[in-house]
Amino acid sequence: MSISIRVPTQLRTLTGGAGEVSVDGSTVGEALKALDAAHPGFAGRLFDDAGQLRRFVNVFLTDEDVRFLDGLNTPVADGETLSIVPAVAGG
Amino acid sequence: MDFVTGLRCRECGRAYPAEALHVCDYCFGPLEVTYDYERIAASVTRERIAAGPRTIWRYADLLPVADAAPVDLGAGFTPLVRADRLAAELGLGELWIKDDTANPTGSFKDRVVSVALTKARQLGFKVAACASTGNLANSVAAHAARAGMESVVLIPSDLEQAKITMTTVYGGRVIAVDGTYDDVNRLCAELTSERPSWAFVNVNVRTYYAEGSKTLAFEVAEQLGWQAPDHVVVPIGSGSQLTKIAKGFEELGRVGLLDEPPSVRISGAQSVGCAPVATAFAEGTDAIRPVKPSTIAKSLAIGNPADGWYALDVIRKSGGSCAAVTDDEVIDGIRLLARTEGIFAETAGGVTIATLAKLAAQGVIRSDERVVAMVTGHGLKTVEALSGTVGPSATIPPTLDAFDQAFSQFDEFDEFDATSAQLTSDDSDQETRSIS
Repeated sequence: MSISIRVPTQLRTLTGGAGEVSVDGSTVGEALKALDAAHPGFAGRLFDDAGQLRRFVNVFLTDEDVRFLDGLNTPVADGETLSIVPAVAGG
Repeated sequence: MDFVTGLRCRECGRAYPAEALHVCDYCFGPLEVTYDYERIAASVTRERIAAGPRTIWRYADLLPVADAAPVDLGAGFTPLVRADRLAAELGLGELWIKDDTANPTGSFKDRVVSVALTKARQLGFKVAACASTGNLANSVAAHAARAGMESVVLIPSDLEQAKITMTTVYGGRVIAVDGTYDDVNRLCAELTSERPSWAFVNVNVRTYYAEGSKTLAFEVAEQLGWQAPDHVVVPIGSGSQLTKIAKGFEELGRVGLLDEPPSVRISGAQSVGCAPVATAFAEGTDAIRPVKPSTIAKSLAIGNPADGWYALDVIRKSGGSCAAVTDDEVIDGIRLLARTEGIFAETAGGVTIATLAKLAAQGVIRSDERVVAMVTGHGLKTVEALSGTVGPSATIPPTLDAFDQAFSQFDEFDEFDATSAQLTSDDSDQETRSIS
């Protein structure tokens, strides 16, 4: 299953400058692990020591914050888009 | 000349140059401006500040950008009003209102935008952009016009009409987004990666923008004769303003502008319909759970507050509190402030006053404290909130009889009518004497 992941500027050094990459996975967590496998370094940037998303990392499935869904266990379907977005913005 | 030494991640401490950066490349933590406080202390004095302009720029030594001609509509140095009538209603002692409705576009956002766009222009940006709940939109559009910059302002489509008009009149591009503020904010955070030549004031230049809120603390202290208050009440949207007010008082102490080290309790105000920080405070947890906002206080309707965790930390360490109030209490707060002090606040101000009342009733805010409540936006921006609540006392034909009939129902004037009758007879006596 092909999932599109949008990558913010801060992490594009890991993707050779690409702002969007495709990975396989059936959950948000699997897709992000696949991202780290294809572009090593993502796991350390996205996850804390307990394996949870860092406090200041937001991940959106289409338009919804995965924290409102089932977090890393949220299922993703073929063709859907995940966005990694720095949480510190706004206000 | 500014006294900035660089930027530093609040989470992991990594250092960065003073460029258009807002989050740590490594852990995504927020970047904070760092200063050479020894050099500031050697430069800044009360006299130097007093000789400066009656705007936020009188505190330029403590701001992240110095500029001989800042992007400026005159933000700041707003009235600090002693509020004895409101204090009496709430059973408080010395109470002050920081009336930030008096800013050029009617909210505290002029402080942060003036700083952000001055820095953005120095960094070479030609386009100013933002995600806004309305007040920021007003201010970015106005300051961009003033600076001759293009502006792109993104807002939730359900904003109050006045805020939409007040943004569009300045001629920039205003994009209404079908979604909540958090949706708009997420879109702007993504756009920042795609449009690196735009200065999103609350995204890629947020580090500088946020520093503008320190001027609220600077002004309050100066207006109190260079003394910090005992307790301040601050509304919480993203939580940035509250944390920067704490930083402002701390810096004043650090550079020697206060006689005594500041010890300020800081309390936060939210609405029940969007209370992620107040909920975490009440539950005694560090985790801020994002919420889907539903409140009339749209300028505070941020369900996923970027600085929520830091605001919570400041509140707890300062010995303050955090409470949430209902929409009805917000309306009551707006009317109470207007009725007692003649200040018309927007819904966020109603949140602040209602929270002030609640914390006073609970004994958290005490009558022996010198208290300052931050009223951060003008009521004309959110008149819809009051529709059906206030209106004319009577509607009459233009005759004396109709007026007298209508007024016979209002007994609060009886004592004054008696007094004025007395005045009239005194006047006629004098008139008689002068004629004779």
